[in-house]
Amino acid sequence: MSELLVEAEGLVKAYGDFRAVDGLDLHLAEGEVYGFLGPNGSGKSTTILMMLGLTEPTAGLIRVVGHDPTREPLDVKRLVGYLPESVGFYADLSGRENLMYTANLNRINRDDARMRIDELLDMVELTEARDQVTGQYSRGMRQRLGLADVLLKRPKVIILDDPTLGLDPAGIQWLLGLIEELTSTQGISVFLSSHQLHEVQRICHRVGIMSHGKLVLEGTVAELTEQTDAGGFGLLLEVAGGDESLLTTLSALPGVTSCQRTGAKIAIEGTQDVRAQATSAVVHAGAELLAASAENRTLEEIYLRYFQED
Amino acid sequence: MLAIFWKETADHFGRRRSAMLLGLVMVGVVWGAFVDKTAIITGGTGFFYLDIFTTTSGVPLSLHAFIAFFGPIIGIALGFDAINGERTQGTLARILAQPVHRDSVYNGKFLAGLLTLSVAVFSMGVAVVGIGMFRLGVPPSGDEMVRLTGFGLIVVLYLAFWLALAMAASIFLRNAVASALMSLAGWIVLSIFVGFLATGVAERIVPDVQTADEALSRFNVETWIARASPSQVFSEATGILLDPIQGRVLGSLALVQPERLEGLLVSPVSAGQSLQLVWPHIVVLLAMVSTLLVVSYARFMREEIRA
Repeated sequence: MSELLVEAEGLVKAYGDFRAVDGLDLHLAEGEVYGFLGPNGSGKSTTILMMLGLTEPTAGLIRVVGHDPTREPLDVKRLVGYLPESVGFYADLSGRENLMYTANLNRINRDDARMRIDELLDMVELTEARDQVTGQYSRGMRQRLGLADVLLKRPKVIILDDPTLGLDPAGIQWLLGLIEELTSTQGISVFLSSHQLHEVQRICHRVGIMSHGKLVLEGTVAELTEQTDAGGFGLLLEVAGGDESLLTTLSALPGVTSCQRTGAKIAIEGTQDVRAQATSAVVHAGAELLAASAENRTLEEIYLRYFQED
Repeated sequence: MLAIFWKETADHFGRRRSAMLLGLVMVGVVWGAFVDKTAIITGGTGFFYLDIFTTTSGVPLSLHAFIAFFGPIIGIALGFDAINGERTQGTLARILAQPVHRDSVYNGKFLAGLLTLSVAVFSMGVAVVGIGMFRLGVPPSGDEMVRLTGFGLIVVLYLAFWLALAMAASIFLRNAVASALMSLAGWIVLSIFVGFLATGVAERIVPDVQTADEALSRFNVETWIARASPSQVFSEATGILLDPIQGRVLGSLALVQPERLEGLLVSPVSAGQSLQLVWPHIVVLLAMVSTLLVVSYARFMREEIRA
């Protein structure tokens, strides 16, 4: 059964003459991971605030888990977890105490809460730091605690406002891995705003791109690529040894449009993922593969294409 | 709301502000210990325990005046960063994303402040009376106990006004320092400048004071303007409660024309009657607090909470 968890129609938020969100239509189905992209000031955060009743829409309709966030905020907030852009905790309380407070606000009984908190802290790898005051937490730890905080109420949907902001690359990978796991194992739907295009591409089922308060593009990554026919697949190899025949082999791989070598680096452009074939080709040619990096630049290109127009 | 209430109460009594509350009790102890015992026994109203709060002998300032003037700082200290502190910390958006009403956040914080103030005020009162018993050797009478309890309640209400003022500032101003300064400015204006203003305006309106009637009308003008300040309302109310003899004439006549009191049968009124006299003051203070609460609600309920 697929039910709409978030639906917005003709949503508008105006500040004076400025329309931060201007006639937005948005849908989030159950079990879906939705990536909400856009440059700063395009109205992403404002849309998220309206979903939680933290600000009132000027016009239009919004329903989250079947309720109006302005009129029935509690029904919404019972089922929706929200991780704000810069999540904060009471600096003089420990990680655990902070979560316990959230549990109390959600009226989770104490024994359940204790078990659940330990479980979540374990999941976000904060078990060791759980009795430290959060004032001493690093940015990454706070973000992880924030995720535990969001999951505490066993939400149906989690809304993450730029969760990867300020995290180191390892932190980003870890966070996205966890989000992926949550959706697949616990069936939680995710609405995620981000600037991290690659990651969004990796974990999102669908993406929407905002510009000036409007959703300018929406669909799966594949659909968007078709719509804009941008990009393709890029692969950069660093190879020691290997001769001309290697380049020929690589050029002959399916979908490869260009293949160039400068020193140890070989840049391959194509329309599909040839990582496996390319790396094995290098090894079979008797050369040594020192490094390989793949770039599926589609979204980024779509993104740039839209935002360069402005 | 209870969760917020207990968390905030724990905060007040915990690390952050306990020193201040302890300080308040210490003030009570010091005053109780230094008040001139003989002056109270021989030259007071005969209500020893009330005199401890009003006498200026042995201490730089009567305890009652001390509370009127410095009490507000405590109310302000408990409330100036109530909302904007959470905003700066980034916890406000997180808390409001939980299934709690916005007014619960405000109410929980206000009530926690109120409980903290009550505990502090009544501990101080108990400290003063306790030391008084030790030094004077007589227990307070029932009448005195009623008056002191009433006095305590009015003090709490008065401090609640400053708490509400500081919380309103914490909603309207984004920065905790700004709201603290604004609250302190409000404190100075209300407790000092309104008095000056009242005197000045009264002198303009009633320029000559030749007869007793003129003196009285100038006094009336002054008092009515000064009553815009909760400090004035507080001082009047506690003056009435703590002085069963002069309090019966609201102190006003005695102030302007002490000779008019001559020939008046000087006998104290009962605590019940004094409480009746201060009832309007209590209502006015309640109205002042409610006004601030309403203004704060109106702003906070519809405000956008950006992280």
